[in-house]
Amino acid sequence: MSSRFSFGGDEHLFVECDEEMTFDAFFKSLAVTSAIRAADFPGVSEICPGNASYQMRFDPDRMHPDELLREVRALDEAAERGDHVLDTRIIEIPVYYEDPWTHETMMRFRERHQDPDATDLEYCARINGYDSVADFIAAHHGSPWFVSMVGFVCGVPWLYQMVERERQIEAPKYVRPRTDTPRHTIGYGGCFTAIYAVRGAGGYQMFGITPMPIFEPAGKVSYLREEMVLLRPGDIVKFAPIDRTAYDAIAAEVEADRYEPRIRPVRFDRAEFEADMDAYNARLIEVLGHD
Amino acid sequence: MIEIRKPGLATTVQDLGRPGHYHLGIPQSGAMDRMALRAANLLVGNEEGAAGLEATFMGPEIAFERDALVAVTGATLPIFVDDVEQPGWTALEVRAGQVLRFGYLTAGARVYIAISGGIDVPLVLGSRSTYLVGVMGGHEGRALAAGDRLALGSARDARAGRKLPEKLRRLPGSPAELRVVPGIYDHRVTPESAAHFYADEWKVAPEADRMGYRFRGGRPMEFVPRRPPFGAGEDPSNITDSPYAYGCIQIPGGLEPIVLHRDAVSGGGYFTIGVVISADMDLIAQMQPNMPTRFVRVDLDAALAARHARREQMDAIRAHLAR
Repeated sequence: MSSRFSFGGDEHLFVECDEEMTFDAFFKSLAVTSAIRAADFPGVSEICPGNASYQMRFDPDRMHPDELLREVRALDEAAERGDHVLDTRIIEIPVYYEDPWTHETMMRFRERHQDPDATDLEYCARINGYDSVADFIAAHHGSPWFVSMVGFVCGVPWLYQMVERERQIEAPKYVRPRTDTPRHTIGYGGCFTAIYAVRGAGGYQMFGITPMPIFEPAGKVSYLREEMVLLRPGDIVKFAPIDRTAYDAIAAEVEADRYEPRIRPVRFDRAEFEADMDAYNARLIEVLGHD
Repeated sequence: MIEIRKPGLATTVQDLGRPGHYHLGIPQSGAMDRMALRAANLLVGNEEGAAGLEATFMGPEIAFERDALVAVTGATLPIFVDDVEQPGWTALEVRAGQVLRFGYLTAGARVYIAISGGIDVPLVLGSRSTYLVGVMGGHEGRALAAGDRLALGSARDARAGRKLPEKLRRLPGSPAELRVVPGIYDHRVTPESAAHFYADEWKVAPEADRMGYRFRGGRPMEFVPRRPPFGAGEDPSNITDSPYAYGCIQIPGGLEPIVLHRDAVSGGGYFTIGVVISADMDLIAQMQPNMPTRFVRVDLDAALAARHARREQMDAIRAHLAR
């Protein structure tokens, strides 16, 4: 997998590890960007890992673009031989699937959907070959997900499903984007789950909603006081299905600033993961410490 | 303190922004026309990066509760202190009890108002800039409203009457010319189509704000055929979601180019045909809807030369105001 390098104007260097989304491209982006961060090149002000690509912003007056390109190319080639053991975190995110709020929004924008007569979940279950919405939802929260990129606005994560490609869910975006999406919607586009950190426009299929904030700039949520954005590329997320009662209980805890998300440190080993994904995922999920 | 009597349009507190958090989807924000804010600050004796006000198309009305020096830069519009017209790009003396207000804008799009001492709102991630989508920074993370009162920092010595000559100011011409280094995903469109992009005359669309500027009027893009890569989506303008550069030009569906600006979304799934050079980013801040625009293809060396020229212009402003 050889990367493609391109300058973005006079201040950006963009690198595409792969045109398509793969575990290889994602791990490479993660490894190179941490190497670039460690190298601490003069004038590099932003280091942005992407799903299958990465980008830096730099000051060409402090380091010539050609010199930066040479250095980054060397780190990119070295990352090819990385060992892919990752010390990271596993984070549980409760999800109220088929909730009334995304349902209301979905109905308002029905004419913008490729299948206006079905719900987003019915449509996605069908095109991915599931017999029922319940089976589809079970698949969505059954395996963990890698945070493969963070960004868009306010710490929105892109999440990549930790199963073989044949089993990865795929869904197109709405035919025309909505002008509204509830805050904390669990959305789906391409091969990625996203969590809408704030209310806003969007084109992803809507599956449910979480009561758990992932962005809070004003210090009102204790676990977001130190860092206002919760998720980082390389984090592992496990969605946990909840009902209305549990949703309301967690929302009340968040409101009272008593909510403690379930977050545990974990070491991820890519070779072991790829040898038997389901068995490895089951061990990962055990780290969350449920009985 | 100052009191906002009328807010103008989308008036926000901005300084030179908060770099370093783009990888989390928190953009740099800050003045869209950075040189105009720097010049306004220097005129009133502030640090170049002090927080001022950025108003769009229509200026606010501000009552002063203490004596201050004020400079108004950026767009061209009549400036009044208690109904007496005053020059732009000039250090103006405003007394406690006086009111600063504005007439209709005649050129440019964004007005910068620097006040001696700077606007003293809390720092968020090292900056006072307002980021509206994140409801953070500035005054309560939002655009100013009538009745808002803002604190000022302590003023430094400076004298009224200093002025920045016209040759040291910069507004876009007509058509506006934005220089672009092709790249990132420009291989997605055919060479003929890319040539059209640079040959056609575009117009600024009404959807033009701090996040990005949309353009209309040029020919649609023709894409190079491909099998959609896994994760990218079916549309030929889609890519596997990737980071976006400041100034990058996306063309969703191949139809209407969008140039991302200071409040850019940090990533997404549309291809980029090229990136506006850093030296021309300030110009975009001063472009009004319907303004004719040409994208001019340049290489990296030309972009670096333009950057150098821009820095010399800023040095000339500093030298002029240091006298």
